[in-house]
Amino acid sequence: MSAQISTAPPGAVDKAGKGEPLLSIRGLRVGFRRAGSHFEAVRGIDLDVAKGEVVGIVGESGSGKSVGMLAALGLTSKNAVVTGSVRFNGDELVGKPSREMRKIRGARIAMIFQDPLSSLNPVMTVGAQIAEAVRLHQRVTRKQAMARAVELLHLVAIPQPERRVNQYPHEFSGGMRQRAVIAMAVANDPDLLIADEPTTALDVTVQAQILAVLRSLQERLGLGLVLITHDLGVVAGHADRVAVVYSGRVVEQAGVSELFADPRHPYTRGLIASIPNLEESRERLFSIDGSPPALGRLPGGCAFHPRCIYAEARCRTEDPPLHDIGGRFSACHFATTLPPFHSASLAAAELDSGSMAP
Amino acid sequence: MSRYILRRLIAMPFLVLGIVTIAFLITTVTKGDPLTAIVAEQQMSNPEVVAAAKARWGLDRPLPERYMIYLGNLLSGDLGTSFITKRNVGTDILYRLPATLELVFAAMIFGTTLGIVLGVLAAYFRNSLIDHGARLFALFGSSLPVFWSGLGLLFIFSVMLNWLPGPGRVDARLALPPGITGFLTIDSLLAGDWTVFKDALWHLLLPAFVLGWTVSGTISRLVRANMLDVMSREFVLTARAKGASEARVVIVHALRNTMVPTLTVIGYSFAYLITGAVLTETIFSWPGMGSYAVEAARALDFPAIIGVTIVGGLAFLVTNLITDILYVVANPRVRLS
Repeated sequence: MSAQISTAPPGAVDKAGKGEPLLSIRGLRVGFRRAGSHFEAVRGIDLDVAKGEVVGIVGESGSGKSVGMLAALGLTSKNAVVTGSVRFNGDELVGKPSREMRKIRGARIAMIFQDPLSSLNPVMTVGAQIAEAVRLHQRVTRKQAMARAVELLHLVAIPQPERRVNQYPHEFSGGMRQRAVIAMAVANDPDLLIADEPTTALDVTVQAQILAVLRSLQERLGLGLVLITHDLGVVAGHADRVAVVYSGRVVEQAGVSELFADPRHPYTRGLIASIPNLEESRERLFSIDGSPPALGRLPGGCAFHPRCIYAEARCRTEDPPLHDIGGRFSACHFATTLPPFHSASLAAAELDSGSMAP
Repeated sequence: MSRYILRRLIAMPFLVLGIVTIAFLITTVTKGDPLTAIVAEQQMSNPEVVAAAKARWGLDRPLPERYMIYLGNLLSGDLGTSFITKRNVGTDILYRLPATLELVFAAMIFGTTLGIVLGVLAAYFRNSLIDHGARLFALFGSSLPVFWSGLGLLFIFSVMLNWLPGPGRVDARLALPPGITGFLTIDSLLAGDWTVFKDALWHLLLPAFVLGWTVSGTISRLVRANMLDVMSREFVLTARAKGASEARVVIVHALRNTMVPTLTVIGYSFAYLITGAVLTETIFSWPGMGSYAVEAARALDFPAIIGVTIVGGLAFLVTNLITDILYVVANPRVRLS
């Protein structure tokens, strides 16, 4: 057995300052059975989201960050095995009957997905799809639901909502579709919105608009917002707290400014160092050597050790748990003894030798 | 959209003319001599009788002239006189077409319902027993020849179990209601004649199932493949994330998206059955177009053959047009262009 579930509660900053956080995930594991074999895509995620808080989940594609959140909502495929605990407003979601889950999905917790081109039904009008979301959870007439749809399109700053509401998704641009998807997600005033790579498929200028819409809604409606992304820039600009995910586990969790100023996990350091920077001219862009391990073929010990420039013998045998290092969390044996971080120096060191003692 | 359909409508007369021309020409390239159908065998050596028959049926005129005469008659709604029945071909067809249409409509109800339900279930429970069962059912439906499955089912349900009546459209002893639509089930309902309605429905059941089975295979395979594709799309996940039930996700969101390609096949199957019900009609002694076509072909009854061909061609044209219109309705993306 490799990964251990940390018993330390990852420090959610409950802004309201009382009781349990809005969403509390402990030891979430998601395994898939496929052709007789079993592999784990998520190997223990711990995460808290407080009311009105923006939490970024960062990781490479395939790291399990999306699957973890889908599993939390009971949206994984039939062959998935989900264990651990997901508490929402104190209510356990793992193992909840699907009938009960449907009452929560779209009402209390909404989720939006990466590709606005395919996340709307092409043969239904945008208005009908928003109205459907309303009518699934509220006892209103079709007409009232459509009126609410117009209101919601207005809320996400779609011009001429009265006309747009009767149009089909193919008549919308990519950015507008994502706005419509967001409108649909907030139709029932949820407490929590999970946005899975909400801007990845969009142009850069549109990305900024969509993030602005999400942020303004989050502030206005007091939503808890989980931003799943591989873009550290998005996280830096919008999240209060960040969880970094590597091969199915949270490897570091900290407040956003702490994380960028002083990352305490080598993987996070690598991620930050590989952000292109206009101020420092480098000969080439830093990149983390190697590639993430394939699911089901994890290395022993710390999953990151084959790519880690700080790795020692211990890392090959012992998987470090996510542990408290003073109000923040890291899953590195050397979390407190890593050298001071400077992205340029990391890049330089990597280019020099590739071996550097902690 | 209306322009698109208008264009199709304008093209219709030309397509009909093409069908008529080809149907007419086919009869001239066949080796058989239609005179054998008209003149008794012992009279064939009598030149006077043969000449008279040729003149009577216009067979002494050159082909272009015959063609023009036929077109002229057709414009006034005259499909010519059958060599065999000596009745107007149009009258013959009008008598037999409703029987075929009734059978085909019923078959399509069976075929599409079975096809869609099985396709959806097979896709949703992929690789399960339901999926394999549906595949087997579809395979049998589309590969078993109708004369085999028809006779087999007739033997089981009519002869052995005596649950269903034998061949025919209705019990010959029953007095039939006035023919308004030509559909026995509808006519008897209109006349309030429950006995005939029940009897006609029981007679319809087996041939309609046999015929519908053949198309249900194609439809269920297509629906299954499309459902699998659609169910993996993100809007299905979005619908689930909204809190929609599985039934709603499958029927409202996924199935509606598979209807666009499915409609094409349903339309095509319908047109195909109108002309392709020959074997079923023969086995079930169904007095429809198929059996008429077989009799006409056997006797080289050219006016009847041409008439049947034209009606079959028209059936394709009309169902294609309706399919295209429905296609536009089902698919908002083509509605604009």
